[in-house]
Amino acid sequence: MSPTEANTNIAGVDPSDGLAVLEQRGSVAETFGIPLAVLAELTHRCPLQCPYCSNPVELERGGSELTTEEWKNVLTELAEIGVLQIHFSGGEPTARKDLVELVQHASDVGLYSNLITSAVLLTREKLSALADAGLCHVQISFQGNEPVLADRVAGFKGAHQKKIEVARWTRELDLPLTVNAVMHRQNLFQLPDIIQMALDMDADRLEVANVQYYGWALRNRAALMASVAQIEETSRIVEQAQARLKGTLEIDYVVPDYYALRPKKCMGGWGRQFFNISPAGKILPCHAAESITGLEFLSVRSNHSIAWIWQNSDAFNRYRGTGWMPEPCKSCEFREVDFGGCRCQAFALTGDAGNTDPACTLSPMHEQIFKLAEQEAAGGSNRFLYRNFAGGTLEMDGDNGA
Amino acid sequence: MAGRIRNITVSEASRPILPRHAKLKFDQTRQVWVLLAPERVLAPDEIAVEVLRLCDGVRNVEQMVDHLAAKYTAERGAISADVVAMLQDLADKGFLTEAREKTS
Repeated sequence: MSPTEANTNIAGVDPSDGLAVLEQRGSVAETFGIPLAVLAELTHRCPLQCPYCSNPVELERGGSELTTEEWKNVLTELAEIGVLQIHFSGGEPTARKDLVELVQHASDVGLYSNLITSAVLLTREKLSALADAGLCHVQISFQGNEPVLADRVAGFKGAHQKKIEVARWTRELDLPLTVNAVMHRQNLFQLPDIIQMALDMDADRLEVANVQYYGWALRNRAALMASVAQIEETSRIVEQAQARLKGTLEIDYVVPDYYALRPKKCMGGWGRQFFNISPAGKILPCHAAESITGLEFLSVRSNHSIAWIWQNSDAFNRYRGTGWMPEPCKSCEFREVDFGGCRCQAFALTGDAGNTDPACTLSPMHEQIFKLAEQEAAGGSNRFLYRNFAGGTLEMDGDNGA
Repeated sequence: MAGRIRNITVSEASRPILPRHAKLKFDQTRQVWVLLAPERVLAPDEIAVEVLRLCDGVRNVEQMVDHLAAKYTAERGAISADVVAMLQDLADKGFLTEAREKTS
């Protein structure tokens, strides 16, 4: 799934064919009804070290993770309150030894399950067991279309080859496959080949997501930021492929908002249609939310129900709707279109999560941020700071994913 | 290729079935039928739900049309055209496939 998009598109299908769009019923948006889909970050442990990891810089250690029983209780509770889909993510969700049991439990309580994985820890036997447990969909991340660059970005030798193999098993087991490709300055030139790779793998969907700059990616911004020209070329390639492959490969595209005029409607708006659960059980408005200091996020280990936390906790209500907005958002005609953009980005770039997202041209900081991005794209070092529990490790010369 | 049948052509002989990534269920919370698919939740209308529920991979479209024509005492030709068109549309969107093994 895309790092910062709301994970469930309520599909834009023409209602005339009998498939109406559920969100248009208005209930979700207007009453903060329980989200249709929830992201479960089972663990922050991961064998890969991608420099744009969407996990927080302060990773939760294995010892603080919810137990199998706690996760099962969470899944049961989610199904009871009306969640329909569960995305098992991480870190690397297959690092949890109980994943098959959790997928089975999700099936038992009627949740549609999706696995978002780096694939490098999977065996065919494990994948087959997951399919038997009722897994509905597999998403595999790719860092490029060939091993040299892909393994270097992942910081893991042999990762790319293994991913290709797991993608093949996925289709052999008749599981639908989404290829997730996170794009940045150093791999954008491979995009046409990545699209072809997804086709060759018989993938159903391809998510082309430009890096979003929080946490680890923000620390690596100078090594990752693409130029305006690169982004324009990317958009052109994606649009052409979307037209050419209609009906064969669905391509979702997440544009980098540093170069946008309007900020993205991050998570569909804070606390409107999405929450995720951290490895230790915290209920979060988005997976980067903990980067905002001063907010207290309640856990499933608290004495509150998940529905209560969603509806009533201070953290969810702080930036919900439009009441919290300062100018220029407050009187902006787009305030209910983008809900002021991204709170995490506002915090990371302005020091106050209550400010307008600088991705917006109406933000007083927009010009400065845009210029900085351009400078970094033109002159940044390509050296990565790899993601790990030690606060990151700088890439060595000649490092290629050892 | 893993043997998935993409772009099936629906006829009265087809035995359509939902692929494993498309799940039809009644959402108790929202009191509406939903069709769950990767990264999507759709709400099929009453007629689509009725037709989808007949897609069990055993019945063929001919039998589905007979059933619906009898139930609604409607002209068979019209029902057939509507049902085939609806199923084809669902198949084109990836929500229907054809049963692997023939049952007859």
